[in-house]
Amino acid sequence: MNNDEPLGGDVNAVLSIAEEKKKEMRDNWSARLTSLAETRDKAVFASLFDYFAPRVKAYITRLGMPPATAEEVTQEAMLSVWRKAHMFNSEKASASTWIFTLARNLCIDRMRREKAVEYELPEEEPDPDQRDQGEHLILEERMRDAIATLPENQAQVLHLSYYEGKSHSEIADQLGIPLGSVKSRLRLAFSKLKAHWGEEE
Amino acid sequence: MNISHHFDDATLMAYASGSLPQGMALLVACHLHWCPHCRQRLSQAEAIGGALLDKIEPMSLQANALKSVMDRLDLEEEIPIPRIDPVQSATNLPAPLHHYLQTDLDHLPWKRLGYGVHHVDLNLQGSGTTRLLKIAPGVSVPHHTHSGNELTLILRGSYTDEIGRFSAGDVADLDGEVKHQPIVDTDQDCICLIATDAPLKFTGIMGRLVQPFIGL
Ligand SMILES: [Zn+2]
Repeated sequence: MNNDEPLGGDVNAVLSIAEEKKKEMRDNWSARLTSLAETRDKAVFASLFDYFAPRVKAYITRLGMPPATAEEVTQEAMLSVWRKAHMFNSEKASASTWIFTLARNLCIDRMRREKAVEYELPEEEPDPDQRDQGEHLILEERMRDAIATLPENQAQVLHLSYYEGKSHSEIADQLGIPLGSVKSRLRLAFSKLKAHWGEEE
Repeated sequence: MNISHHFDDATLMAYASGSLPQGMALLVACHLHWCPHCRQRLSQAEAIGGALLDKIEPMSLQANALKSVMDRLDLEEEIPIPRIDPVQSATNLPAPLHHYLQTDLDHLPWKRLGYGVHHVDLNLQGSGTTRLLKIAPGVSVPHHTHSGNELTLILRGSYTDEIGRFSAGDVADLDGEVKHQPIVDTDQDCICLIATDAPLKFTGIMGRLVQPFIGL
C-alpha cells in the first residue's frame, strides 16, 4: 500500500514531463516559423512540413475533400507556409493556429471555385495591456488543455464545426437537436475556453 | 465608429471554422473591419482550430510529397494577391463589400421592392441570400421570423426594433426564435447588408401579402 504513493507520484511526474515536452515543441514551432521568414532555411521548412503537413491533410480530409484533392491542397497549404511566413506574427497566433487558418482559407477557395480576395485587417491599435509573444502562446496553451475538459456534447459540436466544417443547421439535422441547442452548446464551450484567456466577458 | 451590437459567439466560431455560407462570411468580414472587439474574439475562436489541428490524428502524405513541395519552393514566386485597404476612403465601405460592389451605395442599381423599400441582390452562390436593403425613414419591414440564421450589418442610418437601436457598424445576429419588425428611426435612409442561410418567413397578413411579391 505504501508503495503505491511514490509510484503514483512517479507516473504523474513522467506524464507532466511528457506534457512539458509537447508544450516546448509547440512553442518551438512558433519560433521556427518566425525564423523561417528571415532565414529562408529549407531545413527548418522541412521540419515544419514533417509536423504540420500530416495534420493539415487529416484536417482537410475530414472537411470532406476527396483524397487526391486533400493531398494537393495540403501541399498547396505548406507552400503557402513558405511563401507567407513573413506574415506570421507570434504575438497574434501560434504556428498551429496560423497554419489552421491558411488551410481553412484554401479549402474555402476550393469549394467556392472562386478566388477569394484576402483582406488586410486594420492594424490593431496598441493595447495598454498588450501581451507579449510568450504570453499569447501560454493563453493558447491553456485553451488547448481546456478543450480536453469539455463535456461530451460540447466537444461534439466543436468537432463537427471545426473538423468537418458543418454549418449549425447541418449539425442540428445530424444530431436531431434544435438549431438553438447547437448554438448554445457552442457558446458554452467558447465561454469556458475563453475563461482561460482571462477575459472579463 | 460607435459599435454597440456584435456577433453571437456561435457565429464567430462558424466563421473561424469556415462553415458559413459565402454571403454571411462576407458580412462577418465587413464587421470585422470595423470592430476590434470582434477581431479579438475571432482570434480566440481561431485558436480553437489551432488547438484541434495539434490534436488531430495525423495522416501520411504521398511518399514524394516533401520533395515535390521542396522542388517548388524556388520555382514559383507567389502570384501577388490583390490586397485591399481596410476601408475604401472613396466609398466609405468596408473593403470586402467594396470588392463586390466596386461602387458606392448611391450608385447601385437599386430595385424597388415595395413602399419605401429598395434592394440589390449580390447574387452570391451557396445557400441563403445576400442583399442590400435600403429602407426609407419611417418605413418598417414586415414582421418576420427566420427559419435559419439572419445577419444584418448596418452600413448607413439606423433602425429600431424589439431588440434595440442599430446604427452604422452594428450587427443584428438573429436566429429562428426571434421575431422582429425593424423601423427606420431617423430622417435618413437606412441601408444594410443582410445575409441569411435560409429564406425568411414573414408572419401575419402583411407578410402573406408581401412575401410572394418581394421574394425575400
Ligand atoms: Zn463587433
